[in-house]
Amino acid sequence: MSAAKIFKRPDGRKVDEIRPMKAKVGIIPNADGSAMFQFGETIAVAAVYGPKKMHPQHSQNPEKGTLRCNYNMISFSVTERIRPGPSRRSMEISKITEWALEPIVMLDDYPNMVVDVHINILQANASTRCAGINAAAMALAHAGIPMKELVSSVSIGKLDKQLVVDVNKKEEDWEEGEGATDIPITMTNSGKITHIQLDGKITTKQLKEAVELAREATKKIYEVQKNALKEVGGEK
Amino acid sequence: MTNGMSTSDLTAERIREYLSKGKRFDGRKLDEFREIIIETGVSKNAEGSARVKVGKTEVLVGVKMDVGAPYPDSKDKGNLMVTSELLPLSSPRFEIGPPKIESIELARIIDRCIRESKMIELEKLCIKEGEKVWTVFIDIYSINDDGNLLDVAGIGAIAALKGAKIPKYDEEEEKVLFGEWTNKKIPLSKNIPISITAHKIGNNIIIDPTREEEDISECRLTAGVSNGIISSMQKGDSKALKVEEFYSMIDLIEKTEKEISKKIEKQLG
Repeated sequence: MSAAKIFKRPDGRKVDEIRPMKAKVGIIPNADGSAMFQFGETIAVAAVYGPKKMHPQHSQNPEKGTLRCNYNMISFSVTERIRPGPSRRSMEISKITEWALEPIVMLDDYPNMVVDVHINILQANASTRCAGINAAAMALAHAGIPMKELVSSVSIGKLDKQLVVDVNKKEEDWEEGEGATDIPITMTNSGKITHIQLDGKITTKQLKEAVELAREATKKIYEVQKNALKEVGGEK
Repeated sequence: MTNGMSTSDLTAERIREYLSKGKRFDGRKLDEFREIIIETGVSKNAEGSARVKVGKTEVLVGVKMDVGAPYPDSKDKGNLMVTSELLPLSSPRFEIGPPKIESIELARIIDRCIRESKMIELEKLCIKEGEKVWTVFIDIYSINDDGNLLDVAGIGAIAALKGAKIPKYDEEEEKVLFGEWTNKKIPLSKNIPISITAHKIGNNIIIDPTREEEDISECRLTAGVSNGIISSMQKGDSKALKVEEFYSMIDLIEKTEKEISKKIEKQLG
């Protein structure tokens, strides 16, 4: 990583520097669990309702409970208004989010039940799915859903040839050299990968480096999540 | 039961009992609005935005703009479009899916409240008559529903409009430069309409219901009022009103507008 010393990110961050993070638990009184997670200007909120009876009935799983996630960007979260309601993109991210969270929740004792996780992006400056997953993991813990551990999510970017941590919008649109590669990664705090996606191009060697970077970054994110959860303690 | 899907008969009975003695569960008087907390400029990417909290009810409203064709019946005026999403995040009662009547009605009531008051000077949002005009989108999102989303959404809409700036527009390329703003604000008149809803529960009329109170409301009357002038109104739910009851609802709405408009103006500056 010799280029690291001279590489300049648009907002002046170090290559492995995450934007200022904020996390708060218990922001939605109606929900069984709720949380906000922020990477710089990207703000995600999540609310958990359940476990409750699954409707429609044909979706019930008699073996164990179901985790159901819904990711939604609000219309004015971005500069060019998005039409309210689901899109192909948001539906895919909802599914990805479920897969990222399923390995850590223990729903064996909740057959025919569902835990709903509603994620809304209030303001977007890239890495929204990662912020959403971070908020969702906290909201699940706040709701008292049995969990093995937490997950933390971060996007690793490759701008031209340089790997960076926590991609913002300007970086996502990077055009110089090899352009931008975006790699959102979610890891448990014990270091397992529960979600990874990639758009762009990268060698296997650099991809391994990206995972290493994600491992270090998610440790920092985990601390922020844990501290926010500690702040609310047992209250709801 | 705090997260209930409905209010139990027992609770309903207690609420009615309290109201008949002029009391409410949260200690308010029948004609008392909860405290209103307004925060504007909460979204960096919106032309204007506001977060409004009234008790535990919370709403987020954003204003976005785009250039498009005018409606055939108003060729020299900008367009206004109000939408609302009652997010499943905000209540166990709201589900994912196409907007239901609750959400559609809310958006339409706020639409008429803003439109009929002439708060936005839409004639100043015409770029080229018959061809290009600005559209103002007001998008309302519920964050937590503890009753009276209607009035809270209305306050959010006027708060978001008040600071909203017009985006830059490239006349040659004929496109909006999203994310760049002019110093010009959306042209507003002096009429700032406030949406106020009165509810009838038994023989009592109340204002600003909590979720439980709203559940047992027999009917409601919403008015858009500015400076004592009503410019839009809608009765909701099927219970018939005696004329005297209707009058006392209007009187209560008028009185409430006087009280809360000052508080709202103070926070909006």
